[in-house]
Amino acid sequence: MLDMDYSPLLLSLKVAAISTFFVFLAGVFIAYLLAKRDFFGKSVLEALFLLPLVLPPTVVGFGLLILFGKKGWIGSWLVEWFDFQIVFTWIGAVIASIVVSFPLMYQSAAAAFESLDERLSNAARTMGASEWRVFWSVVFPLAWPGLLAGLVLSFARGLGEFGATLMLAGYIPGKTDTIPMAIYFAVESGQMEKATFWVVIIIVFGFSLILWVNWWSKRNIRRFTRS
Amino acid sequence: MKHFLFTALFAILSIFLVGCSESEKPEEAELLISAAASLTDALEDVNSTYEEQHEGVKLTYNFGSSGKLAANIENGAPSDVFLSASSKDMNDMEDKELILDGSRENFTSNVLVLIAHKDSDSRIDSFKDIDPADVDHFAVGEPESVPVGRYTKETLENLNLWEPLQTKLVMGSDVRQVLTYVEMGNADLGVVYSSDAFVSGDVKVLAESDPEWHAPIVYPGAVVKASKHPEAAQDFLDFLTSEKGEKALQEFGFK
Repeated sequence: MLDMDYSPLLLSLKVAAISTFFVFLAGVFIAYLLAKRDFFGKSVLEALFLLPLVLPPTVVGFGLLILFGKKGWIGSWLVEWFDFQIVFTWIGAVIASIVVSFPLMYQSAAAAFESLDERLSNAARTMGASEWRVFWSVVFPLAWPGLLAGLVLSFARGLGEFGATLMLAGYIPGKTDTIPMAIYFAVESGQMEKATFWVVIIIVFGFSLILWVNWWSKRNIRRFTRS
Repeated sequence: MKHFLFTALFAILSIFLVGCSESEKPEEAELLISAAASLTDALEDVNSTYEEQHEGVKLTYNFGSSGKLAANIENGAPSDVFLSASSKDMNDMEDKELILDGSRENFTSNVLVLIAHKDSDSRIDSFKDIDPADVDHFAVGEPESVPVGRYTKETLENLNLWEPLQTKLVMGSDVRQVLTYVEMGNADLGVVYSSDAFVSGDVKVLAESDPEWHAPIVYPGAVVKASKHPEAAQDFLDFLTSEKGEKALQEFGFK
């Protein structure tokens, strides 16, 4: 094996895992809140949620810098009150990753919730189940295949995030060098061996994730339809 | 339908033909100048004065990184003058015999400057005064791939500051990004070319580097061998190295 630093792998996994955790919670919560509900401005709100999906990553990164930079709206406040800086830390990478992967989670969750048969939830309600119980015993298990797809997509997106991360977290070797960052700077400086190594790792990772989800959901859909 | 297609084709072809015949009028020379991105503001300023003084000459710029421009020219992209930000790319061109013999000349140079946000209360006035313990984030170009980063590394190594600053270094993917890190106040200090600091209103220059600390940052220019207007191209290059041209570039922070 090549003699090199493996910290980008650990850092990437840490960043993607933490960001996916928050994205999953927020995505499921907001999607459930908005599903089956119609109100003035809902389409505008949804378009806003999906915006990071279509914007160039540098635009997202710039926006995040304006919010979380040392002199940014939220950033300056954090520095003043908690002496806590987000720019140029791995937490910056987590935030960038959350913002760009949230649309994927939201969209999967919204689709999963909207395709559910409302009568099943209502049946549970007529039997006296609380809203909390309805969600955990009926809605969540039925929506799980869709939610899992969103979860995996978010994780993969977080793992590959580059543009916004470079702007917010910067490239500090040993501190904020995720795999995509390592690849970019390896290619730019002509270290093709190093670049190839990380490229292979990230392809194998992404491919197995998608393969596993497809296999898993196929198996489960079969089980659902059979029963 | 077929008839329509032929008409359309004919129309398009005739536009091309008209375009070709126009550019071959003998008195009028359109000079295509492939120039390093850092020269953008300075050259656009030179443009009108030069065109006024040289009737019939029209300057068209193509800005990009020196390496990319060199590759374009090698692959046959039309170009009359090549203005590079690095000797290395010009050497490559020379080796491949893509530039006119004897036309190569260094027309300007740059120095490194230490910058901080304009509201910074830093009292540093020399690279030597940098105290690693006082710095949270120090923005530099990535030394393996960005020329300004390479010069910065040489400088800081010379001053024995590279190692102590190691954990504070934020590496930009080009010189503009280094500038942005400092402009937005996220990095306390940064190192860019003086010409970059010059065009930014949000940073102040704390110190200039000593030319002895790093390899010289010179900008070589040359006439491209495939040029259709080699004389007009040489005239332009001569203008840049003349006192007038030098002054015009100095107004934008070049040395």
